[in-house]
Amino acid sequence: MTALPGATEKRLGLVVDLDTCVGCQACVTACKGWNDQGHGLSDQDAYGANPSGTFLNRVHSYQVEVADAPPQIVNFPRSCLHCEDAPCVTVCPTGASYKRAEDGIVLVNEDACIGCGLCAWACPYGARELDADQGVMKKCTLCVDRIYNDNLPEEDREPACVRTCPTNARHFGDFADPDSAVSRLVADRGGYDLMPGMGTKPTNKYLPPRKKGPGQASLLAPLLDVKATGIAGWLDRVLGKI
Amino acid sequence: MHPAPSVILFSTLSGLGFGFLAFLGAGILLPSGWAAFFLWGLGYGLAVAGLLAATFHLGNPKNAVKAFSQWRTSWLSREAWASVATLVLLAPVALSDWLGLGLSRLPGQIGAGLALFTVLTTAMIYTQIKAVPRWHLWLTPVMFVSFAIAGGAVLAGAPWASLALLAVGAVLLATWRVGDGAFARAGQTLGAATGLDQIGLPTVFEPAHTAGNYLLREMIFVVGRRHARKLRLIALVLASLLPALVLLLPLGWVGIALAALLHLAGALAARWLFFAEAEHVVGLYYGARG
Repeated sequence: MTALPGATEKRLGLVVDLDTCVGCQACVTACKGWNDQGHGLSDQDAYGANPSGTFLNRVHSYQVEVADAPPQIVNFPRSCLHCEDAPCVTVCPTGASYKRAEDGIVLVNEDACIGCGLCAWACPYGARELDADQGVMKKCTLCVDRIYNDNLPEEDREPACVRTCPTNARHFGDFADPDSAVSRLVADRGGYDLMPGMGTKPTNKYLPPRKKGPGQASLLAPLLDVKATGIAGWLDRVLGKI
Repeated sequence: MHPAPSVILFSTLSGLGFGFLAFLGAGILLPSGWAAFFLWGLGYGLAVAGLLAATFHLGNPKNAVKAFSQWRTSWLSREAWASVATLVLLAPVALSDWLGLGLSRLPGQIGAGLALFTVLTTAMIYTQIKAVPRWHLWLTPVMFVSFAIAGGAVLAGAPWASLALLAVGAVLLATWRVGDGAFARAGQTLGAATGLDQIGLPTVFEPAHTAGNYLLREMIFVVGRRHARKLRLIALVLASLLPALVLLLPLGWVGIALAALLHLAGALAARWLFFAEAEHVVGLYYGARG
């Protein structure tokens, strides 16, 4: 069971656009909200001095020093990449961790998980978190309970993070189909893998921030060049001559 | 990586236990009567105590029996099988030694091989993890197995135990030397982790969350690295040099017990470092190299 399937029929995953992400954390909240049903994702000391909790999606912010341009802030959402060669799956001793042959989604069967944490160690991306209350491993499910859910309106049959993103920085689709929206985005915008050197072959792709022009002076700059008139102007001229 | 006491105790005690069981099984030490009872008991006690300690590391131990199911892909599952197979296979040999039944030594010899294979599977649990470059080295299994052989040799009173201890010291030095450059050789940086090296040089601007989380606690452990140099010296002296010297003194079984205790203390220090010094690539996202 923890053997990886060969090629999967579909390769469902996400495209994250680092150009448009504004770091609003809406995807973090929507993810927690949807996946908090049932056993959910626990929090510890949520309203206390040292809050902590299980999240399947985290948004980092980085400053990037760019040659010949001002530095840029890049917001960087990080979640499971549903890797083709997922090291978290093969290390699992119980078969709780698996990759679906039909669509490539990597899931945890919590009923079989012993909470050894080895899969979280094996993941280079920090995509798995052990729930402190339940003692079992939690990870992104690609909202498997939304995307195939006929009881939801069709526009809602995509992961909660994608559905909620106000800037359309997240896209969901099938990478096995070269004509899908996500495949075209990756082709057009140079979508790339995170840490390709780790050999995990991630399904999710990231789109790089677009190249910005050279640094421009502030739009307010002309307004700052104040020409004094009247008495102030006379003072300005006199003082300038002394 | 977080040096959890349960995992340190597990790998150290079971390593020593299975190492000693290998010597007893192979008949390198051939006790009889009550001496056999206590010596086999010591081997079994160490191995089982280590395995029990490991279960304290589990978040959901009620499923532990399922860990036997994935031996085809998982080293942790293979370790479960190897440890149980060793303990079962050696049981009649132990009984035979204790009660003088005179049963065949063959299961003992096979069990000795299995005991060392068990230690190898333990090591492979860590070695297989590419995301921790310091562990992902061929020296990791060499280190684990050499600790088991040397520890077993000390307890078995083998005449060459001092040499085995010195070999452990050499392996430790090599592990540290090669391990120190492992992260850099893996070539992972914040730029590669985010892909932002395509546009420039990224640094952390703001963390993803204001307080701690599982990743920070479990994989981005930094406490105590400051003392790494001192601890390395302590581990080297206690695990290798001092017990090797003690064994050269004419102290009889007292010397063996003293050397074994010193070696065990050193092994615990070395194993603590094995975890505390190991840096996981996920730390890159948090601006830590570790």
